[in-house]
Amino acid sequence: MSSVDIQTVLPELILAVYAMVALLGAVYTSKDGLAKPITWITGAVMVLVALMVAGGDGNTAAFGGMFLDDAYSRFAKVAILLAAAAVLVMGEATMSRRGLLKFEYPILVTLGTVGMMVMVSAGDLMTLYMGLELQSLSLYVVASLNRDSVKSTEAGLKYFVLGALSSGLLLYGSSLVYGYSGTTLFSGIIEAANHGQVGLGLLIGLVFVTAGLAFKVSAVPFHMWTPDVYEGAPTPVTAFFATAPKLAAMGLFARVLFDAFGQAVGDWQQIIALLAVLSMFLGAFAAIGQTNIKRLMAYSSIAHMGFALLGLAAGSEYGVQAMLLYMAVYLTMNIGTFAFIMSMERDGRPVTDIAALNQFAVNDKLKGLAMLILLFSLAGVPPMLGFFAKYGVLIAAVQAGMAWLAVAGVIASVIGAFYYLRIVYFMYFGEEGEGLELNMSPAAWAALMGSAAIILLGVVNFFGIEGAAAAAAEALVK
Amino acid sequence: MNNLLSIITFLPLVAAVILALFLRGDDEAAARNAKYLALAATVATFLFSLLVLVGFDPADTGFQFVEEGEWIMGLKYKMGVDGISVLFVMLTTFMMPLTIWASWGVTSRVKEYMIAFLLLETLMLGVFMALDLVLFYLFFEAGLIPMFLIIGIWGGKERIYASFKFFLYTFLGSVLMLVAMIYMFVDAGTTDIPTLTAHKFGSEDFSLLGIQIVGGAQTLLFLAFFASFAVKMPMWPVHTWLPDAHVQAPTAGSVVLAAILLKMGGYGFLRFSLPMFPVGADVMACFVLWMSAIAIVYTSLVALVQEDMKKLIAYSSVAHMGYVTAGIFSLNQQGLDGAIFQMISHGFISGALFLCVGVIYDRMHTRDIDAYGGLVNRMPAYALIFMFFTMANVGLPGTSGFVGEFLTLVGMFKANTWVALVATSGVIFSAAYALYLYRRVVFGDLIKESLKSITEMNAREKAIFAPLVFMTLLLGVYPSLVTDIIGPSVEALLTNFHAAIPADAEMAQAAAH
Repeated sequence: MSSVDIQTVLPELILAVYAMVALLGAVYTSKDGLAKPITWITGAVMVLVALMVAGGDGNTAAFGGMFLDDAYSRFAKVAILLAAAAVLVMGEATMSRRGLLKFEYPILVTLGTVGMMVMVSAGDLMTLYMGLELQSLSLYVVASLNRDSVKSTEAGLKYFVLGALSSGLLLYGSSLVYGYSGTTLFSGIIEAANHGQVGLGLLIGLVFVTAGLAFKVSAVPFHMWTPDVYEGAPTPVTAFFATAPKLAAMGLFARVLFDAFGQAVGDWQQIIALLAVLSMFLGAFAAIGQTNIKRLMAYSSIAHMGFALLGLAAGSEYGVQAMLLYMAVYLTMNIGTFAFIMSMERDGRPVTDIAALNQFAVNDKLKGLAMLILLFSLAGVPPMLGFFAKYGVLIAAVQAGMAWLAVAGVIASVIGAFYYLRIVYFMYFGEEGEGLELNMSPAAWAALMGSAAIILLGVVNFFGIEGAAAAAAEALVK
Repeated sequence: MNNLLSIITFLPLVAAVILALFLRGDDEAAARNAKYLALAATVATFLFSLLVLVGFDPADTGFQFVEEGEWIMGLKYKMGVDGISVLFVMLTTFMMPLTIWASWGVTSRVKEYMIAFLLLETLMLGVFMALDLVLFYLFFEAGLIPMFLIIGIWGGKERIYASFKFFLYTFLGSVLMLVAMIYMFVDAGTTDIPTLTAHKFGSEDFSLLGIQIVGGAQTLLFLAFFASFAVKMPMWPVHTWLPDAHVQAPTAGSVVLAAILLKMGGYGFLRFSLPMFPVGADVMACFVLWMSAIAIVYTSLVALVQEDMKKLIAYSSVAHMGYVTAGIFSLNQQGLDGAIFQMISHGFISGALFLCVGVIYDRMHTRDIDAYGGLVNRMPAYALIFMFFTMANVGLPGTSGFVGEFLTLVGMFKANTWVALVATSGVIFSAAYALYLYRRVVFGDLIKESLKSITEMNAREKAIFAPLVFMTLLLGVYPSLVTDIIGPSVEALLTNFHAAIPADAEMAQAAAH
């Protein structure tokens, strides 16, 4: 272990050490009394680490190639850190109102974030698994943070059991890959695949690894846990699930496919394409009948993962770039939408029924407008950024000669538009109903307005993240 | 001013933002301010657009007033007008102040109402000026959002069904166009419309899933664009969203829908389908001609049995749009000139007809034809104006309606005599439903109790109709005002079109020898 190695993992180290210090500090002092400051400090630390990551450059392979630091991992890490910080901070008030703001919450989220950062930097099957498990274990616990709620504990348990199954699949696949290539390093695997044909054993290993990762991004047919976990977990936690871990899993997915199996694009392209089509359609159809907005968002995220996979299925540099942009836009939209959802209350109790939104925009025009922008963006209607995200992945698909995939995608997006429109309908011209109190903290308000503004004004110049995404894609697909 | 087009396009948007950010309060004063600001903005937009019309050189068949700039994702911000689009820009800027003025009576959520219409104006103008595929798509699609809200919030009883149907129908049509656009970008490497017009897309026959595709990629691209424009037009049999949307929309919404939004489909055919996929268009022309002929006859007959005034006029719009598509796909000078003329003239006439309905709807709150009768006794001025536009709708010589119908019929006759024969019968039907409507509403004895106290149009209402009457008459007696502007561009379009079709090119060569 050289100093270069340490320097490369410095952002992860800082966060991990911070988590330990915060844990010790809280345990030995007033415990939950410190939860609020810790949440805010965690948010600040994450932003600082994000700035530090963003300042880095170059292309380093530390620990003998097990841990990679390149433009790709930096792009993903910055997005993960900012999203995690935003979700933590905006959910603080809601969590404390519901009596769920325990000091473990920000610390577990921090540890999960470290896991995600390791995931997108993985250069080895071992690093991959380590990051993935660190992230997953933290998430299992936060899912059941509301210990007294049957639904929350059920969500945690379900997530854990199915997550363990997917880890098992992944491990089995990894062992096959190791057995047939003789190494766990991605750079070694790609060489093994390079010598002539990809062997059958390696191929089966690839399929299992893909299945395991598909679980994590909740792509159909490995999506079953998503709606239940989204519904059961406390809403700020759901907001977290819907954002950073999705990007981390997608980032890892691309990392494995290109770094380890980049020579066998033709072999995995069809699998990813199938996952994409199934996700887009199931997400679109299953959300139509939902009355619970959290379940609806679960299916919506499944459909969005389908679109992001479309970029991956293209198997090209532009495809990766489009996928990254898609995920960045997706994170922004979801942060705003969940900032709204977590504030929905009536008589101090959380409400998740869509019909509760009746006439909302009549009474609260500004927030109604912000939601209108976010919902139309989720549906992929221009001029919102959601459209440009879709445009990018569709171009990638057509360029890769998969026009049929693009056609399927746009048809699914029309079906999907229906349920976003339904929310708009409730908000703008639903019937007078019981109404809703929106108990929004300033942080949540800022998250909602900020993301709506980004989504709308991004049409001018995309805030310059296109270049970063292009550099990231170039680093990954050499 | 070399960014005149941007000023015109975004002026209403700026006004909308000012309304949204700086106008506070829900009282009457705020509502009045919103109305005046919206009116001022639309009038200013119209005045600016006059500069374009004055500076426009009809002889130049290329794009004029072109602006270009870098944009995101390798796209360009490029705007410009040519002989085909400039009049649509003028139609939009001309109709919008009238629309806003006609909405003086709106009482609920006035500020949002005005914002929605200003936003809509920006997006509609953008559609007619955009010279980048994706920029065009952006304006084209984004227009759905304000229209969805206008129908949904200020609409009638069945507004929810109508707004969803409107949105999803048009959205489905346009996403197929989006895929085609992406294919075009991948094939040609650019989204610049003038460059794409010069690019030759593949026209070799190939077979897909065992079906022989004549005209190859061009036919498929044509069909994808057709899916979008045919719905927008709307053409039979995908017109069913229009009557619902019209009936439920508030008066001003109907006016914008009929006068401007429907023209986007026709404009799209002229901007994309014919110049970019000539082979595909040639393959499909006969099919579209017959669809149009069916549309004219069928929807005219449907209009004949309507009990709802707005629905009747909506079906009449579909029939008139049938003339437009038939004119375009006649693929000759008269047909295209007539189609554009018909679109402009229909903008004035159908807009005015919906305003006519609005006048009595505001008083009686019903659109049922049976609820009226004998209005001429209490509202002579209204009866006169309604009759004028009924006649214009029928296509009486001397009004602009006649010129459009006549030119398109001439074009059709040259292209396909049988289609012209069927379509001409539509002229008779249109006289039947329009006059039948007029007789039931205006003539007869005033026997209905509720109508005894109906009041004549006030000065504002009369003033709104004045420019529309003037334009309808002016274009009716002096049509070359329009044809002089569109003529050269249409001629250039047709020359390129026929040069791109192998059979036509050979014929031209043989004629030269």
